[in-house]
Amino acid sequence: MTTATLPTPKPGGLKRLIERYPFLPALLIALVLLGLNGLYQPRSVSFIGITGLVKTYLALIMLAIAQTYVVYAGDIDLSVGAIVSLVNVVIVVMMEKMGGSGFSVVAALGMGLLVGLACGIVNGIVVAALRLQAIVATFATSIFFTGLALYVMPVAGTPAPATFWRTYGGRFFEIPFVFYAAVVLAIVIYVLARTRLATQLLAVGDDAQAAFQSGLPVTKIRIQGYALCGLFAALAAFCITGDTASGDPLVGGKMTLFSVAAVVLGGSALSGGFGTVVGSIVGALIIGLINSLVFFVGTPSEWQNLVQGLAILVALMAGILVGRRARA
Amino acid sequence: MSATTQTQAATPSPVLTFLKQPLVVALILIAALLLLGEALSPGFASGQQILRLLIVAALLGIVAAGQNLVILGGREGIDLSVGGVVSLSAIIGGNLMNGTDAGILPAILGCIAAGAVIGLFNGLGVTLLRIPPLVMTLGMLGVLQGLLVVIRNGIPSGRAAPGLSQFVTQPFLLGLPGIIWLWVAIGLLLAFMLGRTVFGHRIYAIGSNEQAAFMAGVPVKRTRIALFMLSGAFAAVAGMCLIGYSGSSFANVGEQYMLPSIIAVVFGGTPLSGGKGGYTGTMAGAVLLVVLQSILTTVHIDESGRQMVFGATLLILMLFYGRGRAMRA
Repeated sequence: MTTATLPTPKPGGLKRLIERYPFLPALLIALVLLGLNGLYQPRSVSFIGITGLVKTYLALIMLAIAQTYVVYAGDIDLSVGAIVSLVNVVIVVMMEKMGGSGFSVVAALGMGLLVGLACGIVNGIVVAALRLQAIVATFATSIFFTGLALYVMPVAGTPAPATFWRTYGGRFFEIPFVFYAAVVLAIVIYVLARTRLATQLLAVGDDAQAAFQSGLPVTKIRIQGYALCGLFAALAAFCITGDTASGDPLVGGKMTLFSVAAVVLGGSALSGGFGTVVGSIVGALIIGLINSLVFFVGTPSEWQNLVQGLAILVALMAGILVGRRARA
Repeated sequence: MSATTQTQAATPSPVLTFLKQPLVVALILIAALLLLGEALSPGFASGQQILRLLIVAALLGIVAAGQNLVILGGREGIDLSVGGVVSLSAIIGGNLMNGTDAGILPAILGCIAAGAVIGLFNGLGVTLLRIPPLVMTLGMLGVLQGLLVVIRNGIPSGRAAPGLSQFVTQPFLLGLPGIIWLWVAIGLLLAFMLGRTVFGHRIYAIGSNEQAAFMAGVPVKRTRIALFMLSGAFAAVAGMCLIGYSGSSFANVGEQYMLPSIIAVVFGGTPLSGGKGGYTGTMAGAVLLVVLQSILTTVHIDESGRQMVFGATLLILMLFYGRGRAMRA
């Protein structure tokens, strides 16, 4: 709604605006969806409602961010879901083995970040250094990571210690923990967007040959993109673990394709070189808002998946069409 | 055209060129894996066992046929919705047959029509709206998964007709089940189509250089839409055969075919960038994938170990095939 008043009257104003902020169409879709949510369930746009939405979809938001850095460089990572599963079981088993104290939680989270980083570097080496095709290569590594997760925890169900999920679901000074997490996340993303790596990833995605010829270490940059992706996948795993309070070696599998959808919804180009992390966050929220709207409207339960699927497809198409019209 | 290919082929050592062909690579790997399997567990490479492997490979291979065509057509062509089409076709087919032979023909027609319509939507989205194939078919997959829930809750999942089960699992001609003959027929048909027909040449043309193909008068959009429709139709045929193989359909049976169908294409020597390759290699790629999976199930290791070995082996095998070009200044 607010975006309609923003563009300046001069020709191409809207175009330039979207070029500068590619996530604007997504933001508009998200605001419309939020309005519709409020129409059908006024409580959903309250503080508690929004907190619930963010808490439920924080994991997908993290994973969408993870995917974005890889997509920046024109790559894709179909193993993010498997990394989430692996980190989830690793931290739950480690917390349990160490007795579930506060120290064990911190140690396990540190370990989780290392595991995510390692997975990301493996993906980066396979795709960028060995030059295998990203779609099939990261699918192969996802099978490998899933195997590792099954090795760490063969059957789902080991509970996470209460220290961990109470913190994640709890409040400090009357403000839910996820809000602190969101603020820290915002700062981290702001800083990352200003690092050389973000620009380099976009340069590689825009034209790898040109980037190489102007002296950029293309292979190294792409590996770094995958490493960053692995780190954020580990953060997504922390959120999932806080939400489900247990370990499950297959928990992340279904999230992979949603993370790709969120990135596209956010206005980033899968061919690389163009996109924003903010867009991916909005994209993940769009998926969440669609899911809750379908529920609030009162869709019969067996129709919910179909309506969600159709709505996401339409949103994907609309986002691409609007984005292209603006860029053309 | 032919003169240039001859001179190119003549320069390196002919033996090496022969060995570097993806089809040859795949066949050598299959033979090696069969020998390994036989060594690990005697009887692995027996005739009966190989026949069973071929049936499973035929199911994957038929899905990969459509995937292969879409990938050949280039412009990042890929079809992630095939898994959904396989599941949908299995359930539609199961209900149209409902265990009677009389229902086989309507089931086949209904499934192929459904698959082709889904492919049509994919193709229209990719060509008219210019949505990237990955995104379009990913969104379609979500729609199909939702559709499956609706259908499954509304009606029972249906049963395969005895005639169909027999066609898929029992010897049909010369001791081979009908599905293998069907697969061979599809292989011959696609080899003919890709090599000898105008349509086939158009596929390679739009796959290697869409702009040039358009200038040369190739109906680029119509050709690409046809590719997606064929992909949906092939996935639907595979879904029908799948229900014949398993007797009845269960939730999301097709999901296991989505990414493996792409890997079979890559193992067959068709790069994801499109424009070159063919289906004969993909058939070998499908057999290779199935033999590999089968070896891992015969060896007594945990599910976790099996997956790790499978993933690592896939990566190693990919190194045998076309890797991307190194950056050059």
